[in-house]
Amino acid sequence: MKSLAELAAIRERMQNKVIIREGANATRVVVGMATCGIAAGARPVLNAFVEGVAASELAEKVTVTQTGCIGICQYEPVVEVYEDGKEKVTYVKLTAEKAAEIIEKHLKGGKVVEEYTIGAYRK
Amino acid sequence: MKELSLNILDITKNSVSAGAENILISLNTDAEGILTLRIVDDGCGMSEETVKSVTDPFYTTRTTRKVGMGIPLLKLAAEQAGGELRITSSTDKDSHGTNIEATFDTKSIDFMPIGDIASTVSILIGGSPNIDFEFVDKTPEREVRLDTKELRAVLGEGISLAEPEIQMWIADYLNEQYG
Repeated sequence: MKSLAELAAIRERMQNKVIIREGANATRVVVGMATCGIAAGARPVLNAFVEGVAASELAEKVTVTQTGCIGICQYEPVVEVYEDGKEKVTYVKLTAEKAAEIIEKHLKGGKVVEEYTIGAYRK
Repeated sequence: MKELSLNILDITKNSVSAGAENILISLNTDAEGILTLRIVDDGCGMSEETVKSVTDPFYTTRTTRKVGMGIPLLKLAAEQAGGELRITSSTDKDSHGTNIEATFDTKSIDFMPIGDIASTVSILIGGSPNIDFEFVDKTPEREVRLDTKELRAVLGEGISLAEPEIQMWIADYLNEQYG
């Protein structure tokens, strides 16, 4: 059973970790969570990123944040990935499964999943 | 929206945009199966005119107000399930805030399932780690509850509620209370 004591154990573990996300080399994953995004299925996509990051070495360099309407509602769920020194990557029409693939190939492997980007979708 | 919990996620984001410091999300189902959803915040509040207009999706544009389709969608969901939506709000300096109340007959064939409310709550907290959220879901049989003030007391200053690991703990903690 989950308890507040368990939360205290998480605290102890985290205090011993050096978190470097704020500085250089940090990666930001931004998920659109306005009405358009939520209605199109952004919640499971956000969950997939949160879970994928929490359960891996990514926890120390990737932040997952939420934003409002990005302005391309017809492409929701939309996720933007910002990496230091690189061009922003905009992924569109995502699902939890596609998010898992992006975590493996892009966030861990460093290779953009071109087929899910807005550029590929507009072709 | 396919689940009521998605409407709740969407509507509560209005409270966040309104600069709320405390947000209460309360679900109460009585013995007759009438569900009352309340979202109460201490944000900047809305004028009387704005309150009248927010339920109409075509009243005006986003340049003059911050809410879009969210409220009309919640109103629709409530009315389809034999309930109604009420909004009271105050911009008063000492008592500003908004109170959204929606009722639903859970026995109605058009009542949308509540769905994954645990992930709605964990996402709201993770998205606004500095706001205090209180969540209560009560039926005659059980009560599920979470208060970020209690979590903060355990975690101390240094650890944000936005940490992925904490967000996942919150969702698990709620899901276990639902059993």
